Amino acid sequence: MSVSNLLENWSKFRHTHPVEDKGHPDWEAYPSGLKTDIKWAMAIDLDACTGCNACSVACYAENNLPVVGKEKYAHGQEMHWMRIERYWGEENGEFKAEQGAQFLPMMCQHCEAAPCETVCPVGATNHTEDGLNSQIYNRCIGSRYCSANCPFKVRYFNWYNYPEQEESWPAPMHLQLNPDLTVRTKGVMEKCTFCKQRTYVARNNARNEEREVADGEVQTACQQACPTGAISFGNLHDPSSKVAKQWAQQGVDIIKEVQDKDKEREKMEHEGKEPEKMVRGYRILEELRPYPSVMYLERVREESAV
Amino acid sequence: MTKDIREDIAWAQINQDVMKSLENPRKLYWVILFAALMVFSVGIGCEIYQYIEGMGVANMNNPHMWGLYIATFIFWIGMSHSGTLLSAILHLMHADWRKPIYRFAEAMTTFSLMTAGLFVAVHLGRVWQIYYALPYPSERWVWPNFQSPLLWDAMAIFTYLSSSVIFLYIGSIPDFAIARDNIHPGWRKKLYSILALGWEGTDRQWRNFRVTYLTVACFLIPLAVSVHSIVASDFAMSQQPGWHVTSFPPYFVAGALYSGCAAIITLFIILRYVFKFEEYMTLPILKKTVRLTFAIAMVWTYLNCIEFASVWYSHDQVAKDVLIQKATGPYAPFWWAMIFCGSVVPFVMMFKRFQTNIPVMFAVSLLLNLGMWLERWMIVAPTYSHGYYPWTWDHDQWPSLIQWGIVFGSFGWFTLLFMVFCKIVPSVSMYEVKEMVYHRSQATKKKQLGIEGAH
Repeated sequence: MSVSNLLENWSKFRHTHPVEDKGHPDWEAYPSGLKTDIKWAMAIDLDACTGCNACSVACYAENNLPVVGKEKYAHGQEMHWMRIERYWGEENGEFKAEQGAQFLPMMCQHCEAAPCETVCPVGATNHTEDGLNSQIYNRCIGSRYCSANCPFKVRYFNWYNYPEQEESWPAPMHLQLNPDLTVRTKGVMEKCTFCKQRTYVARNNARNEEREVADGEVQTACQQACPTGAISFGNLHDPSSKVAKQWAQQGVDIIKEVQDKDKEREKMEHEGKEPEKMVRGYRILEELRPYPSVMYLERVREESAV
Repeated sequence: MTKDIREDIAWAQINQDVMKSLENPRKLYWVILFAALMVFSVGIGCEIYQYIEGMGVANMNNPHMWGLYIATFIFWIGMSHSGTLLSAILHLMHADWRKPIYRFAEAMTTFSLMTAGLFVAVHLGRVWQIYYALPYPSERWVWPNFQSPLLWDAMAIFTYLSSSVIFLYIGSIPDFAIARDNIHPGWRKKLYSILALGWEGTDRQWRNFRVTYLTVACFLIPLAVSVHSIVASDFAMSQQPGWHVTSFPPYFVAGALYSGCAAIITLFIILRYVFKFEEYMTLPILKKTVRLTFAIAMVWTYLNCIEFASVWYSHDQVAKDVLIQKATGPYAPFWWAMIFCGSVVPFVMMFKRFQTNIPVMFAVSLLLNLGMWLERWMIVAPTYSHGYYPWTWDHDQWPSLIQWGIVFGSFGWFTLLFMVFCKIVPSVSMYEVKEMVYHRSQATKKKQLGIEGAH
């Protein structure tokens, strides 16, 4: 055990910058075995989202999320990795309800420069070589610093020993627990994993069959459950994937802290000109430079369409 | 100006007075000890319940991840700073008046650090895995994350705690020897014989002692400053509005010295009364301590204003919103109470007639520390209810009785440690008071001789 192997070990886990650092070429422990790199990413069309909460329910079923019960929910101690947020338009300090609520499905944004990763004292949350922000339950000591530093507040803490409580999975619900992943004990942090039990199966299959992971081979639970197909998921490094095409169409580049189109729009607004084409893609709180892996497509409101 | 200490106190008298404080505890001592134990048991009970049930019983929730535990943790760390200020910084500055009061201030440093350490454990979701945060060689080559300010924190506190224990011990060695020589035979004599490390007061021992004491003092000062700067980094290095403030490290250090000095005044008054130390903990010394506290209070107020101003003129709307919410939102009563206790109350210390008024100073010192505790809470909590992301805005959470119980219990723990300390270690440094008396008497003698023209 020396300082040099400490540093070497450490550098495997740490990016210096999401753009210049090309991941972990010497990741010996878990070689992907694939020819092209994988960068999982998502696009969510808010225009298609109806706020039906099917994604959230699917996430509960897929990821063994405990139902905390009415009382704990009232205390804000629920565990919904995927949550549907409601926003109303506001005019002169009053909510405008005639347009209806706007919905926004929110889950871990799998930031490339994740604010949660750097602050964890024990290194329990790290970046994987396929661009996920992972959480190691066994390593987590529950300091909750990651959540304190998460701008989106999408990390959920096991406030109680949820798997032991009756209302988490009342019989016969316990029979539908997903055997591909664990349940989590009290005192650890958890969050959306981009259904990594599914992505890893796809990757292993592809490696065994000596091919690439095909687009659409992996669906996340939320994506699968969405009745309007608002969510798409795939490999951003594969230019033919739907997600990569959407990101490209919308002019959102994962490695940019400010998108070119936003710079241009700002410039045109500054000059008093109307921007010619409005594109809907944006990433939430991009200005904080976490480089999120989820792109949202703005909802087209009726009033602006008229 | 009245003298800090009478120069005609006999050395034997000093020994006798201080040694008396180590013996024959009065009934009140046992009452206080029992009360402290009870208060501490409340905290222990709450912690056991929280340990079994999970952190949820503290009533924290998703945006409100940190609560009173972290706030009180910073509070106790802050308390620890004045001990170093009095014993190390003023030692280097040859401020004579620190001598009768630095010992208990130094003990306060150690014990408040020990209390703060408890909060690190209490706060963790899985306290049984706390050793993961230590850089120990593991078979799996797993290391803690050296990028995390929380890890720096753990290291800084541990270093500071061990150094201040060493400092406290080294400074007490000559006094342990006095205790050894003066106490009646029994287990305590044996204890002091061990603690005194064979001190005989030879020239060589004194020379080595001075060098060691000075070295450790010099070592301790940067540590003290760094510890609270690193605690501030927990916030300043994060990305949250209201936390991401460049001026936090000096602001925290000033706040730490401030609350520590206020605590010194409180303990000064209690010890002076309980042990009848009027000869040593004199009113002129109280006056000097109060003036020092007032100066630090003004520095703290200034840094507070700077922080508000820089947020206000920053065009950082989110940080501004947090500030507005502190002053007008659900936390407003506490925030204004903090401003009142921290920046208005200290002006009482400006008036000469109050500077030596014991009841007034006692009340003021308690209010100052209340204000400083509120300050820490107001740093931690409001950011969560008004962060970057709008979803967090309507999720206010009031700490549960479990949280309050553990905070309450920590005061019992501190009192307990301090009460035990008072009976084991001389809480006034005998040898330094003797030095002080000696220097004073030499000075007067010189002056008299000067007047008589006899040199």
